[in-house]
Amino acid sequence: MERNLMKGNEALAEAAIRAGCKCFFGYPITPQTELAAYMAKRMHKAGGVFLPAESEIAAINMVLGAASTGVRAMTSSSSPGISLKSEGVSYIAGSDLPAVIINVERGGPGLGGIQPSQADYWQATKALGHGDFQLLVYAPASVQEMVDYVVKAFDRADKYRMPAMILADGLLGQMMEPVSFPEINPDAYDKSGWAANGHKNARDHHIINSLYLKPDELENSIIERYKRYDIIKETETEAELYLTEDCDILVCAFGATARVVKSAVNTAREQGIKAGLFRPKTLWPFPVKEINEAAKSAKALLSVEMSMGQMIDDIKLAINCSKPVEFFGRTGGVIPTPAEVLAEIKRIGGTL
Amino acid sequence: MATTEILLAGFGGQGILFAGKILAYCGLMDNKELSWLPSYGPEMRGGTCNCSVCISDEPIGSPLVLTPDLLIVMNQPSFDKFVKDVRPGGKVFFDSSMIEANTDRTDISLFGIPSQQMADDNELKGGSNIILLGKLLKETNICSLDTMKKAIEKVVPPKKAALIPNNYKAIELGMNA
Repeated sequence: MERNLMKGNEALAEAAIRAGCKCFFGYPITPQTELAAYMAKRMHKAGGVFLPAESEIAAINMVLGAASTGVRAMTSSSSPGISLKSEGVSYIAGSDLPAVIINVERGGPGLGGIQPSQADYWQATKALGHGDFQLLVYAPASVQEMVDYVVKAFDRADKYRMPAMILADGLLGQMMEPVSFPEINPDAYDKSGWAANGHKNARDHHIINSLYLKPDELENSIIERYKRYDIIKETETEAELYLTEDCDILVCAFGATARVVKSAVNTAREQGIKAGLFRPKTLWPFPVKEINEAAKSAKALLSVEMSMGQMIDDIKLAINCSKPVEFFGRTGGVIPTPAEVLAEIKRIGGTL
Repeated sequence: MATTEILLAGFGGQGILFAGKILAYCGLMDNKELSWLPSYGPEMRGGTCNCSVCISDEPIGSPLVLTPDLLIVMNQPSFDKFVKDVRPGGKVFFDSSMIEANTDRTDISLFGIPSQQMADDNELKGGSNIILLGKLLKETNICSLDTMKKAIEKVVPPKKAALIPNNYKAIELGMNA
């Protein structure tokens, strides 16, 4: 397959177009702006719509509208912009609509900074909006995975009729790596049973709605949704296990941080320390089976994140607090170095 | 070959990211694993600008270059900041018409050429970065001249294709400096 050299942000956009995304609505924000710029250049040539919205809130509601008609729709932003979109994301989930949302994270809270961060883990996996709902959350760690998971996000969003998120960060968005684009079938799912598109009175109305004034009806709709979530938890988890078979220390990290950790794990191994890496590729659903498999021989776990420690909660839950879970993180846009992670591995190794 | 970690640094506007892109494409042409990571943000507007490039036979771990094997540096603040980070045995390529090489490190090789002056003398406006790439090509086995020429053809935008011969000339000047 032909290898292209692309920025992560551009690869996200190209993959979306190839995945049949016909509507992109966005509002500029560093460090994801190249994505919207790429869409501006390419989308109309691909027969789709690129619309620079007047705000993030407008953009996400345009996604809701476009998704209602059954077309593949997407928006992208970075952390503060995603907070603005949260109301619309909740409505999309409540309306059982497929859509893809991309967050190229930067430091927060507030306007924060513009350098890479992973401090939106809780937001993405626990509460991107009000109400009982989840998003599928994918955490790519390379430009190639940006492509692969955009394709998958569109597919699974259609399959389960729910929003899916790519949780990336400024480092992955800005870096260039070789990528190749797979063959994609964007029309794998029949939406004729629910899409609110034109029908010239040839069928009954399709109504897209998230308002249920009778509590039992609302409860039933949520219970139905959670049955889908159960299937997803059973079948959609993905993780990379690296040198975990005999590891004493299992280092857990996702996205760009996992690359830093991999370098540290390799150095630790060269120095005779049995370290391994567990990298969740899906953050929701969290790969519970996979982490328990990876942690089998481990005496301690270490979560490394570009935040003050968010994924660590899911790790403790997943292993039922059966082993000590330590934390190391840098935040505010600071990227941890392999040397810092190695020092933490050694510190924990010294106490085993 | 293990991973070669390259850091390029200078002022915004000197073509740091462009030169980094050429190196990245050299890796692509030679079917290597590679990564290219720019510094981004307010520092690009006239301030310092830098760019990490990794080229390897194996998948790249952290794309952020903290201890470069090769450093291309185009202004004094960047020289002062990064020369201490160069891995022992590493090589530094710098513009001696802009930079005073005040370092006491003896475990690295310094290659200073007056690239800005050379670019001016040869009517290669903005070619200082590429002249330094030529010097790097000569002093390392990063890739072949042929590969670098192909990379230049890829990186120069089609609208500016007329500038490709100038880039070749700049490479040649650097190699012979």
